[in-house]
Amino acid sequence: MMTTVERQLLTSPRKIWYRLAITFIAIILIGWSVGAVSFKDVNQSGFQIAFNIVKGIVHPDLDLLFNVSKQSVPYLLVQTLAIAFLGTIVGGILSVPLAFLAASNVVPRPVAWLTRLLLIVIRTIPELVYGLMFIKVATGPLAGVLTIGIVSIGMLAKLYVDAIEELDVKVLESMTSIGCTTFEKIRYGIMPQLLSVFLSVTIYRFDMNMREASILGLVGAGGIGAPLIFAMNSYKWDQAGSILIGLVILILLIELVSNKMRARLVKG
Amino acid sequence: MYDKMFPPKQIVLPSGKVVYQKRTRLPLIAVIVIAAVYYSVELTDFNLHKLVTRIGEFFVLIDAMIPPDWSSWHKMSTALLDTLQMSLLGSLLGSLLAVPFAIAASSNIVRSRIVVALFKTILSLLRTLPTLVTALIATFVFGLGPMAGVVAITLFTISYVGKLLYEQIENADMGPFEAMESLGMTRIQAFRNAVVPQVLPGYLSTSIFCFEGNVRYASILGLVGAGGIGLLIKEDIGWRDYPGVGMIILALVVTVYLIETVSEHIRKKLI
Repeated sequence: MMTTVERQLLTSPRKIWYRLAITFIAIILIGWSVGAVSFKDVNQSGFQIAFNIVKGIVHPDLDLLFNVSKQSVPYLLVQTLAIAFLGTIVGGILSVPLAFLAASNVVPRPVAWLTRLLLIVIRTIPELVYGLMFIKVATGPLAGVLTIGIVSIGMLAKLYVDAIEELDVKVLESMTSIGCTTFEKIRYGIMPQLLSVFLSVTIYRFDMNMREASILGLVGAGGIGAPLIFAMNSYKWDQAGSILIGLVILILLIELVSNKMRARLVKG
Repeated sequence: MYDKMFPPKQIVLPSGKVVYQKRTRLPLIAVIVIAAVYYSVELTDFNLHKLVTRIGEFFVLIDAMIPPDWSSWHKMSTALLDTLQMSLLGSLLGSLLAVPFAIAASSNIVRSRIVVALFKTILSLLRTLPTLVTALIATFVFGLGPMAGVVAITLFTISYVGKLLYEQIENADMGPFEAMESLGMTRIQAFRNAVVPQVLPGYLSTSIFCFEGNVRYASILGLVGAGGIGLLIKEDIGWRDYPGVGMIILALVVTVYLIETVSEHIRKKLI
Protein backbone atom coordinates (compact mmCIF):
# COMPACT_ATOMS: atom_id res chain seq x y z
CA MET A 1 0.00 0.00 0.00
CA MET A 2 1.61 3.19 -1.16
CA THR A 3 0.83 6.53 0.30
CA THR A 4 0.10 9.48 -1.96
CA VAL A 5 3.44 10.99 -1.10
CA GLU A 6 5.34 7.91 -2.23
CA ARG A 7 3.35 7.69 -5.44
CA GLN A 8 4.08 11.31 -6.20
CA LEU A 9 7.76 10.71 -5.54
CA LEU A 10 7.90 7.76 -7.92
CA THR A 11 6.11 9.57 -10.73
CA SER A 12 8.39 12.56 -10.60
CA PRO A 13 10.55 12.72 -13.76
CA ARG A 14 13.95 11.03 -13.58
CA LYS A 15 16.60 13.55 -14.47
CA ILE A 16 19.60 11.54 -13.36
CA TRP A 17 21.36 11.51 -16.74
CA TYR A 18 20.69 15.20 -17.23
CA ARG A 19 22.11 15.97 -13.82
CA LEU A 20 25.11 13.69 -14.30
CA ALA A 21 25.90 15.40 -17.59
CA ILE A 22 25.68 18.86 -16.03
CA THR A 23 27.89 17.77 -13.11
CA PHE A 24 30.39 16.23 -15.50
CA ILE A 25 30.61 19.39 -17.62
CA ALA A 26 30.96 21.53 -14.50
CA ILE A 27 33.77 19.36 -13.11
CA ILE A 28 35.65 19.41 -16.43
CA LEU A 29 35.36 23.20 -16.62
CA ILE A 30 36.50 23.65 -13.02
CA GLY A 31 39.42 21.28 -13.48
CA TRP A 32 40.46 23.14 -16.60
CA SER A 33 40.22 26.56 -14.94
CA VAL A 34 42.42 25.58 -12.01
CA GLY A 35 45.28 25.70 -14.50
CA ALA A 36 45.33 29.48 -14.06
CA VAL A 37 46.61 29.14 -10.50
CA SER A 38 50.31 29.58 -10.07
CA PHE A 39 52.17 30.71 -7.03
CA LYS A 40 55.61 30.62 -8.60
CA ASP A 41 55.87 34.41 -8.79
CA VAL A 42 54.81 34.98 -5.20
CA ASN A 43 57.81 35.74 -3.07
CA GLN A 44 58.91 37.68 -0.06
CA SER A 45 58.80 41.03 -1.85
CA GLY A 46 55.16 40.40 -2.77
CA PHE A 47 54.15 40.32 0.87
CA GLN A 48 56.40 43.29 1.59
CA ILE A 49 54.53 45.25 -1.10
CA ALA A 50 51.15 44.15 0.21
CA PHE A 51 52.21 45.41 3.63
CA ASN A 52 53.41 48.70 2.13
CA ILE A 53 50.09 49.21 0.34
CA VAL A 54 48.18 48.80 3.58
CA LYS A 55 50.63 51.15 5.28
CA GLY A 56 50.11 53.72 2.51
CA ILE A 57 46.34 53.59 2.87
CA VAL A 58 46.57 54.01 6.62
CA HIS A 59 49.08 56.88 6.31
CA PRO A 60 47.87 58.79 3.24
CA ASP A 61 49.59 61.83 1.80
CA LEU A 62 47.38 64.41 3.51
CA ASP A 63 48.81 67.35 1.60
CA LEU A 64 47.75 65.77 -1.72
CA LEU A 65 44.35 64.95 -0.29
CA PHE A 66 43.46 68.47 0.82
CA ASN A 67 45.17 71.15 -1.28
CA VAL A 68 43.45 72.60 -4.33
CA SER A 69 46.05 72.75 -7.10
CA LYS A 70 45.56 71.08 -10.49
CA GLN A 71 47.36 67.91 -9.37
CA SER A 72 45.49 67.49 -6.11
CA VAL A 73 43.01 64.75 -5.33
CA PRO A 74 39.92 67.03 -5.08
CA TYR A 75 40.55 68.63 -8.49
CA LEU A 76 41.10 65.26 -10.16
CA LEU A 77 38.03 63.80 -8.50
CA VAL A 78 35.88 66.67 -9.75
CA GLN A 79 37.33 66.17 -13.22
CA THR A 80 36.49 62.46 -13.06
CA LEU A 81 32.99 63.37 -11.93
CA ALA A 82 32.67 65.80 -14.84
CA ILE A 83 33.79 63.14 -17.33
CA ALA A 84 31.27 60.66 -15.96
CA PHE A 85 28.46 63.26 -15.92
CA LEU A 86 29.01 64.60 -19.42
CA GLY A 87 29.58 61.10 -20.77
CA THR A 88 26.30 59.93 -19.25
CA ILE A 89 24.46 62.86 -20.83
CA VAL A 90 26.02 62.24 -24.25
CA GLY A 91 25.26 58.51 -23.98
CA GLY A 92 21.72 59.13 -22.74
CA ILE A 93 20.89 61.49 -25.61
CA LEU A 94 22.33 59.17 -28.26
CA SER A 95 20.56 56.15 -26.75
CA VAL A 96 17.02 57.51 -27.20
CA PRO A 97 16.86 57.33 -31.04
CA LEU A 98 18.73 53.99 -31.02
CA ALA A 99 16.29 52.59 -28.49
CA PHE A 100 13.27 53.58 -30.61
CA LEU A 101 14.95 52.01 -33.64
CA ALA A 102 15.45 48.77 -31.71
CA ALA A 103 11.92 48.51 -30.28
CA SER A 104 9.96 45.88 -32.17
CA ASN A 105 6.65 47.62 -31.50
CA VAL A 106 7.82 50.86 -33.15
CA VAL A 107 9.80 49.86 -36.25
CA PRO A 108 9.61 46.81 -38.57
CA ARG A 109 11.30 43.65 -37.33
CA PRO A 110 14.42 43.62 -39.57
CA VAL A 111 15.30 47.20 -38.55
CA ALA A 112 14.84 46.37 -34.88
CA TRP A 113 16.94 43.24 -35.25
CA LEU A 114 19.79 45.09 -37.00
CA THR A 115 19.84 47.84 -34.37
CA ARG A 116 19.92 45.22 -31.65
CA LEU A 117 22.90 43.55 -33.29
CA LEU A 118 24.67 46.92 -33.39
CA LEU A 119 23.89 47.44 -29.69
CA ILE A 120 25.31 44.01 -28.80
CA VAL A 121 28.54 44.84 -30.63
CA ILE A 122 28.77 48.24 -28.93
CA ARG A 123 28.16 46.64 -25.55
CA THR A 124 30.72 43.86 -25.91
CA ILE A 125 33.78 45.90 -26.84
CA PRO A 126 35.60 46.62 -23.59
CA GLU A 127 35.63 50.19 -22.35
CA LEU A 128 39.39 50.59 -22.46
CA VAL A 129 39.49 49.56 -26.12
CA TYR A 130 37.23 52.51 -26.90
CA GLY A 131 39.51 54.60 -24.73
CA LEU A 132 42.57 53.53 -26.74
CA MET A 133 40.70 54.32 -29.97
CA PHE A 134 39.33 57.71 -28.90
CA ILE A 135 42.77 58.76 -27.75
CA LYS A 136 43.59 58.97 -31.45
CA VAL A 137 40.61 61.31 -31.97
CA ALA A 138 41.12 63.67 -29.07
CA THR A 139 43.48 63.83 -26.13
CA GLY A 140 42.78 63.97 -22.44
CA PRO A 141 39.39 64.29 -20.76
CA LEU A 142 37.49 64.76 -24.04
CA ALA A 143 38.46 61.21 -25.05
CA GLY A 144 37.18 60.09 -21.66
CA VAL A 145 33.82 61.76 -22.25
CA LEU A 146 33.46 60.08 -25.63
CA THR A 147 34.42 56.69 -24.19
CA ILE A 148 31.97 56.94 -21.32
CA GLY A 149 29.33 58.13 -23.78
CA ILE A 150 29.68 55.15 -26.08
CA VAL A 151 29.89 52.50 -23.34
CA SER A 152 26.78 54.00 -21.77
CA ILE A 153 24.86 53.59 -25.02
CA GLY A 154 25.19 49.80 -24.87
CA MET A 155 23.42 49.43 -21.55
CA LEU A 156 21.12 52.48 -21.63
CA ALA A 157 19.65 51.70 -25.05
CA LYS A 158 18.97 48.10 -24.03
CA LEU A 159 17.09 49.13 -20.89
CA TYR A 160 15.28 51.95 -22.75
CA VAL A 161 14.10 49.38 -25.30
CA ASP A 162 12.60 47.26 -22.52
CA ALA A 163 10.67 50.29 -21.25
CA ILE A 164 9.43 51.20 -24.74
CA GLU A 165 8.28 47.66 -25.46
CA GLU A 166 6.30 47.59 -22.22
CA LEU A 167 4.40 50.79 -23.13
CA ASP A 168 0.70 50.63 -22.29
CA VAL A 169 -0.95 51.32 -25.67
CA LYS A 170 -4.48 51.32 -24.26
CA VAL A 171 -3.88 54.86 -23.01
CA LEU A 172 -3.00 55.96 -26.53
CA GLU A 173 -6.12 54.32 -27.98
CA SER A 174 -8.37 56.06 -25.51
CA MET A 175 -6.65 59.36 -26.24
CA THR A 176 -7.28 58.86 -29.96
CA SER A 177 -10.91 58.13 -29.22
CA ILE A 178 -11.37 61.45 -27.40
CA GLY A 179 -9.65 63.30 -30.25
CA CYS A 180 -6.12 64.08 -29.06
CA THR A 181 -3.52 65.19 -31.61
CA THR A 182 -0.29 63.25 -32.13
CA PHE A 183 1.66 65.79 -30.12
CA GLU A 184 -0.77 65.57 -27.22
CA LYS A 185 -0.58 61.79 -27.35
CA ILE A 186 3.20 61.90 -27.07
CA ARG A 187 3.19 64.54 -24.34
CA TYR A 188 0.46 63.06 -22.12
CA GLY A 189 0.37 59.42 -23.19
CA ILE A 190 3.96 58.36 -23.81
CA MET A 191 6.20 60.79 -21.92
CA PRO A 192 4.80 60.10 -18.44
CA GLN A 193 5.27 56.37 -18.94
CA LEU A 194 8.83 56.56 -20.23
CA LEU A 195 10.40 59.55 -18.54
CA SER A 196 10.71 58.16 -15.01
CA VAL A 197 12.12 54.83 -16.21
CA PHE A 198 14.59 56.57 -18.54
CA LEU A 199 15.73 58.92 -15.77
CA SER A 200 16.07 56.15 -13.23
CA VAL A 201 18.13 54.00 -15.59
CA THR A 202 20.30 56.97 -16.57
CA ILE A 203 21.03 57.88 -12.96
CA TYR A 204 21.99 54.26 -12.28
CA ARG A 205 24.31 54.32 -15.28
CA PHE A 206 25.89 57.55 -13.98
CA ASP A 207 26.67 55.72 -10.77
CA MET A 208 28.40 52.97 -12.78
CA ASN A 209 30.17 55.47 -15.04
CA MET A 210 31.82 57.01 -12.00
CA ARG A 211 33.70 53.73 -11.52
CA GLU A 212 34.48 53.38 -15.21
CA ALA A 213 35.76 56.97 -15.44
CA SER A 214 38.13 56.39 -12.56
CA ILE A 215 40.18 53.89 -14.59
CA LEU A 216 40.18 55.73 -17.93
CA GLY A 217 43.34 57.56 -16.95
CA LEU A 218 45.19 54.30 -17.53
CA VAL A 219 45.03 54.88 -21.29
CA GLY A 220 45.50 58.65 -20.95
CA ALA A 221 41.85 59.65 -21.20
CA GLY A 222 41.80 62.02 -18.24
CA GLY A 223 40.49 61.69 -14.72
CA ILE A 224 42.07 60.32 -11.59
CA GLY A 225 43.24 57.01 -13.07
CA ALA A 226 46.54 58.28 -14.47
CA PRO A 227 47.96 59.75 -11.21
CA LEU A 228 46.87 56.59 -9.39
CA ILE A 229 48.73 54.34 -11.81
CA PHE A 230 51.80 56.61 -11.75
CA ALA A 231 51.85 56.64 -7.97
CA MET A 232 51.60 52.85 -7.84
CA ASN A 233 54.19 52.19 -10.51
CA SER A 234 56.67 54.42 -8.70
CA TYR A 235 55.85 52.72 -5.36
CA LYS A 236 54.56 55.95 -3.76
CA TRP A 237 52.00 54.15 -1.67
CA ASP A 238 51.11 57.15 0.49
CA GLN A 239 49.99 59.07 -2.62
CA ALA A 240 48.18 56.02 -4.00
CA GLY A 241 46.54 55.66 -0.59
CA SER A 242 45.22 59.21 -0.56
CA ILE A 243 43.88 58.89 -4.11
CA LEU A 244 42.16 55.60 -3.27
CA ILE A 245 40.59 57.06 -0.13
CA GLY A 246 39.24 60.04 -2.08
CA LEU A 247 37.93 57.78 -4.82
CA VAL A 248 36.19 55.37 -2.46
CA ILE A 249 34.50 58.19 -0.55
CA LEU A 250 33.29 59.88 -3.74
CA ILE A 251 31.96 56.65 -5.24
CA LEU A 252 30.12 55.74 -2.04
CA LEU A 253 28.61 59.25 -1.89
CA ILE A 254 27.42 59.08 -5.50
CA GLU A 255 25.94 55.65 -4.88
CA LEU A 256 24.04 56.95 -1.86
CA VAL A 257 22.67 59.99 -3.72
CA SER A 258 21.74 57.97 -6.80
CA ASN A 259 19.91 55.35 -4.72
CA LYS A 260 17.92 58.12 -2.97
CA MET A 261 17.03 59.81 -6.24
CA ARG A 262 15.97 56.56 -7.90
CA ALA A 263 13.85 55.55 -4.91
CA ARG A 264 12.00 58.90 -5.19
CA LEU A 265 11.56 58.51 -8.95
CA VAL A 266 10.08 55.05 -8.59
CA LYS A 267 7.67 56.19 -5.88
CA GLY A 268 6.63 59.08 -8.14
CA MET B 1 11.80 75.46 1.38
CA TYR B 2 10.99 75.46 -2.31
CA ASP B 3 7.28 75.48 -1.44
CA LYS B 4 7.74 78.64 0.67
CA MET B 5 9.45 80.55 -2.16
CA PHE B 6 6.85 79.50 -4.69
CA PRO B 7 3.56 78.95 -2.83
CA PRO B 8 1.40 76.10 -4.18
CA LYS B 9 -1.34 77.04 -6.62
CA GLN B 10 -4.84 77.13 -5.11
CA ILE B 11 -7.61 75.40 -7.00
CA VAL B 12 -11.20 75.79 -5.87
CA LEU B 13 -13.19 72.70 -6.76
CA PRO B 14 -16.84 73.06 -7.87
CA SER B 15 -17.87 71.69 -4.48
CA GLY B 16 -16.21 74.66 -2.80
CA LYS B 17 -13.26 72.67 -1.43
CA VAL B 18 -9.79 74.22 -1.83
CA VAL B 19 -6.91 71.98 -2.92
CA TYR B 20 -3.26 72.90 -3.46
CA GLN B 21 -1.17 71.90 -6.42
CA LYS B 22 2.55 72.01 -5.69
CA ARG B 23 4.56 74.11 -8.16
CA THR B 24 6.71 72.09 -10.49
CA ARG B 25 10.35 71.58 -9.52
CA LEU B 26 11.38 71.51 -13.17
CA PRO B 27 13.00 75.00 -13.32
CA LEU B 28 15.17 74.26 -10.28
CA ILE B 29 16.28 70.89 -11.66
CA ALA B 30 16.91 72.43 -15.08
CA VAL B 31 19.10 75.16 -13.57
CA ILE B 32 21.13 72.60 -11.60
CA VAL B 33 21.60 70.34 -14.62
CA ILE B 34 22.58 73.22 -16.92
CA ALA B 35 25.10 74.52 -14.38
CA ALA B 36 26.55 71.02 -13.99
CA VAL B 37 26.84 70.61 -17.75
CA TYR B 38 28.52 74.02 -18.07
CA TYR B 39 31.16 73.25 -15.44
CA SER B 40 31.71 69.74 -16.82
CA VAL B 41 32.33 71.21 -20.27
CA GLU B 42 34.86 73.60 -18.76
CA LEU B 43 36.63 70.86 -16.83
CA THR B 44 36.84 68.34 -19.63
CA ASP B 45 37.77 70.76 -22.47
CA PHE B 46 34.70 69.54 -24.31
CA ASN B 47 34.98 71.22 -27.69
CA LEU B 48 32.27 70.60 -30.25
CA HIS B 49 34.26 72.02 -33.13
CA LYS B 50 37.21 69.73 -32.43
CA LEU B 51 34.85 66.82 -31.99
CA VAL B 52 33.11 67.34 -35.33
CA THR B 53 36.36 67.79 -37.25
CA ARG B 54 38.17 64.88 -35.60
CA ILE B 55 35.44 62.29 -35.13
CA GLY B 56 36.16 61.00 -38.65
CA GLU B 57 39.40 59.52 -37.29
CA PHE B 58 37.36 57.11 -35.21
CA PHE B 59 35.60 55.74 -38.26
CA VAL B 60 38.91 55.57 -40.13
CA LEU B 61 40.10 53.30 -37.30
CA ILE B 62 37.01 51.13 -37.52
CA ASP B 63 37.41 50.99 -41.29
CA ALA B 64 41.00 49.80 -40.84
CA MET B 65 39.74 46.94 -38.65
CA ILE B 66 37.60 45.55 -41.47
CA PRO B 67 38.31 42.96 -42.72
CA PRO B 68 39.92 41.39 -39.64
CA ASP B 69 43.25 39.63 -39.89
CA TRP B 70 42.20 35.98 -39.87
CA SER B 71 45.78 34.72 -39.69
CA SER B 72 46.22 36.13 -36.17
CA TRP B 73 43.61 33.64 -34.95
CA HIS B 74 46.14 31.15 -33.64
CA LYS B 75 48.10 33.65 -31.55
CA MET B 76 44.89 35.11 -30.22
CA SER B 77 43.02 31.94 -29.33
CA THR B 78 45.43 31.00 -26.51
CA ALA B 79 45.06 34.47 -24.98
CA LEU B 80 41.29 34.24 -25.30
CA LEU B 81 41.27 30.84 -23.57
CA ASP B 82 43.46 32.31 -20.82
CA THR B 83 40.90 35.07 -20.36
CA LEU B 84 38.05 32.56 -20.10
CA GLN B 85 40.05 30.42 -17.68
CA MET B 86 40.76 33.42 -15.46
CA SER B 87 37.18 34.58 -15.37
CA LEU B 88 35.81 31.08 -14.75
CA LEU B 89 38.14 30.36 -11.85
CA GLY B 90 37.72 33.86 -10.41
CA SER B 91 33.94 33.64 -10.59
CA LEU B 92 33.96 30.17 -9.03
CA LEU B 93 36.24 31.08 -6.11
CA GLY B 94 34.50 34.41 -5.67
CA SER B 95 31.00 33.00 -5.53
CA LEU B 96 32.07 30.28 -3.08
CA LEU B 97 33.85 32.78 -0.82
CA ALA B 98 30.88 35.13 -1.06
CA VAL B 99 28.71 32.68 0.90
CA PRO B 100 30.35 33.11 4.34
CA PHE B 101 30.57 36.87 3.79
CA ALA B 102 26.90 37.07 2.83
CA ILE B 103 25.78 34.97 5.80
CA ALA B 104 27.82 37.09 8.19
CA ALA B 105 26.25 40.23 6.68
CA SER B 106 22.60 39.16 6.94
CA SER B 107 20.90 40.74 9.90
CA ASN B 108 18.29 37.99 10.28
CA ILE B 109 20.87 35.20 10.70
CA VAL B 110 23.65 36.83 12.69
CA ARG B 111 22.42 38.42 15.88
CA SER B 112 25.39 40.67 16.56
CA ARG B 113 24.78 44.03 14.91
CA ILE B 114 28.47 44.91 14.97
CA VAL B 115 29.42 41.84 12.89
CA VAL B 116 26.66 42.58 10.39
CA ALA B 117 27.70 46.21 9.98
CA LEU B 118 31.36 45.22 9.68
CA PHE B 119 30.76 42.69 6.90
CA LYS B 120 28.38 45.01 5.05
CA THR B 121 31.07 47.70 5.09
CA ILE B 122 33.72 45.27 3.86
CA LEU B 123 31.48 44.21 0.97
CA SER B 124 30.67 47.77 -0.08
CA LEU B 125 34.31 48.86 0.15
CA LEU B 126 35.35 45.91 -2.03
CA ARG B 127 32.64 46.84 -4.52
CA THR B 128 33.87 50.43 -4.76
CA LEU B 129 37.42 49.57 -5.81
CA PRO B 130 37.58 49.42 -9.61
CA THR B 131 38.56 45.92 -10.80
CA LEU B 132 41.50 47.30 -12.72
CA VAL B 133 42.97 48.89 -9.59
CA THR B 134 42.59 45.62 -7.68
CA ALA B 135 44.27 43.84 -10.59
CA LEU B 136 47.15 46.30 -10.55
CA ILE B 137 47.68 45.77 -6.82
CA ALA B 138 47.45 42.01 -7.39
CA THR B 139 50.19 42.14 -10.03
CA PHE B 140 52.51 43.65 -7.44
CA VAL B 141 51.76 40.89 -4.96
CA PHE B 142 51.29 37.82 -7.19
CA GLY B 143 53.54 38.77 -10.09
CA LEU B 144 52.54 39.44 -13.68
CA GLY B 145 50.24 36.87 -15.25
CA PRO B 146 46.80 35.29 -14.99
CA MET B 147 47.07 34.69 -11.23
CA ALA B 148 46.74 38.42 -10.55
CA GLY B 149 43.70 38.51 -12.79
CA VAL B 150 42.13 35.61 -10.93
CA VAL B 151 42.61 37.41 -7.61
CA ALA B 152 41.08 40.64 -8.93
CA ILE B 153 38.07 38.85 -10.39
CA THR B 154 37.62 36.80 -7.21
CA LEU B 155 37.52 39.95 -5.08
CA PHE B 156 35.04 41.66 -7.37
CA THR B 157 32.82 38.56 -7.47
CA ILE B 158 32.82 38.29 -3.67
CA SER B 159 31.57 41.86 -3.39
CA TYR B 160 28.93 41.55 -6.10
CA VAL B 161 27.53 38.09 -5.34
CA GLY B 162 27.91 38.73 -1.61
CA LYS B 163 25.75 41.84 -1.73
CA LEU B 164 22.97 40.26 -3.77
CA LEU B 165 23.08 37.09 -1.66
CA TYR B 166 22.72 38.85 1.70
CA GLU B 167 19.81 40.84 0.29
CA GLN B 168 18.16 37.56 -0.71
CA ILE B 169 18.83 35.98 2.67
CA GLU B 170 17.38 39.00 4.44
CA ASN B 171 14.28 38.87 2.23
CA ALA B 172 13.81 35.12 2.73
CA ASP B 173 10.66 33.92 4.49
CA MET B 174 11.77 33.21 8.07
CA GLY B 175 8.62 31.27 9.00
CA PRO B 176 10.01 27.81 8.15
CA PHE B 177 13.26 28.70 9.94
CA GLU B 178 11.44 29.50 13.18
CA ALA B 179 9.22 26.42 12.83
CA MET B 180 12.26 24.18 12.46
CA GLU B 181 14.03 25.79 15.39
CA SER B 182 10.94 25.24 17.53
CA LEU B 183 11.02 21.55 16.53
CA GLY B 184 14.45 21.32 18.10
CA MET B 185 16.78 21.70 15.13
CA THR B 186 19.97 23.61 15.61
CA ARG B 187 20.32 26.97 13.88
CA ILE B 188 22.64 25.47 11.28
CA GLN B 189 20.22 22.65 10.47
CA ALA B 190 17.35 25.10 10.27
CA PHE B 191 19.37 27.37 7.98
CA ARG B 192 20.27 24.43 5.75
CA ASN B 193 16.68 23.24 5.41
CA ALA B 194 14.71 26.47 5.53
CA VAL B 195 16.79 29.30 4.07
CA VAL B 196 19.10 27.52 1.61
CA PRO B 197 16.31 26.15 -0.63
CA GLN B 198 14.85 29.65 -0.85
CA VAL B 199 18.05 31.44 -1.88
CA LEU B 200 19.85 28.72 -3.87
CA PRO B 201 18.30 29.38 -7.32
CA GLY B 202 18.85 33.10 -6.93
CA TYR B 203 22.43 32.57 -5.79
CA LEU B 204 23.29 30.31 -8.72
CA SER B 205 21.67 32.71 -11.15
CA THR B 206 23.61 35.70 -9.77
CA SER B 207 26.86 33.76 -9.89
CA ILE B 208 26.33 32.82 -13.53
CA PHE B 209 25.36 36.39 -14.38
CA CYS B 210 28.48 37.61 -12.64
CA PHE B 211 30.61 35.18 -14.65
CA GLU B 212 29.12 36.65 -17.79
CA GLY B 213 30.20 40.14 -16.74
CA ASN B 214 33.60 38.89 -15.56
CA VAL B 215 34.49 37.69 -19.06
CA ARG B 216 34.20 41.30 -20.17
CA TYR B 217 36.29 42.58 -17.26
CA ALA B 218 38.89 39.86 -17.73
CA SER B 219 39.43 40.94 -21.31
CA ILE B 220 40.83 44.30 -20.20
CA LEU B 221 42.84 43.14 -17.19
CA GLY B 222 45.77 42.34 -19.48
CA LEU B 223 46.33 46.08 -19.90
CA VAL B 224 47.88 46.19 -16.43
CA GLY B 225 49.72 42.91 -16.95
CA ALA B 226 47.22 40.61 -15.27
CA GLY B 227 47.03 38.07 -18.08
CA GLY B 228 44.54 37.41 -20.83
CA ILE B 229 43.72 39.08 -24.09
CA GLY B 230 44.04 42.69 -22.89
CA LEU B 231 47.79 42.74 -23.39
CA LEU B 232 47.34 41.69 -27.01
CA ILE B 233 44.82 44.50 -27.59
CA LYS B 234 47.24 47.03 -26.17
CA GLU B 235 50.13 45.74 -28.27
CA ASP B 236 48.12 45.62 -31.48
CA ILE B 237 46.82 49.16 -31.03
CA GLY B 238 50.32 50.35 -30.12
CA TRP B 239 51.78 48.84 -33.30
CA ARG B 240 48.81 50.11 -35.35
CA ASP B 241 47.96 46.52 -36.33
CA TYR B 242 44.28 47.39 -36.72
CA PRO B 243 43.18 44.25 -38.62
CA GLY B 244 44.55 42.28 -35.64
CA VAL B 245 42.48 44.41 -33.24
CA GLY B 246 39.46 43.80 -35.45
CA MET B 247 40.01 40.05 -35.16
CA ILE B 248 40.27 40.25 -31.37
CA ILE B 249 37.11 42.34 -31.13
CA LEU B 250 35.24 39.97 -33.43
CA ALA B 251 36.33 36.96 -31.37
CA LEU B 252 35.35 38.74 -28.14
CA VAL B 253 31.94 39.69 -29.47
CA VAL B 254 31.23 36.12 -30.58
CA THR B 255 32.47 34.60 -27.30
CA VAL B 256 30.59 37.02 -25.08
CA TYR B 257 27.45 36.57 -27.16
CA LEU B 258 27.68 32.76 -26.85
CA ILE B 259 28.26 32.92 -23.10
CA GLU B 260 25.39 35.39 -22.73
CA THR B 261 23.02 33.10 -24.61
CA VAL B 262 23.98 30.01 -22.59
CA SER B 263 23.81 31.87 -19.29
CA GLU B 264 20.42 33.38 -20.15
CA HIS B 265 19.12 29.89 -20.95
CA ILE B 266 20.42 28.45 -17.65
CA ARG B 267 19.13 31.38 -15.62
CA LYS B 268 15.67 31.07 -17.15
CA LYS B 269 15.60 27.41 -16.11
CA LEU B 270 16.73 28.24 -12.59
CA ILE B 271 14.05 30.74 -11.73
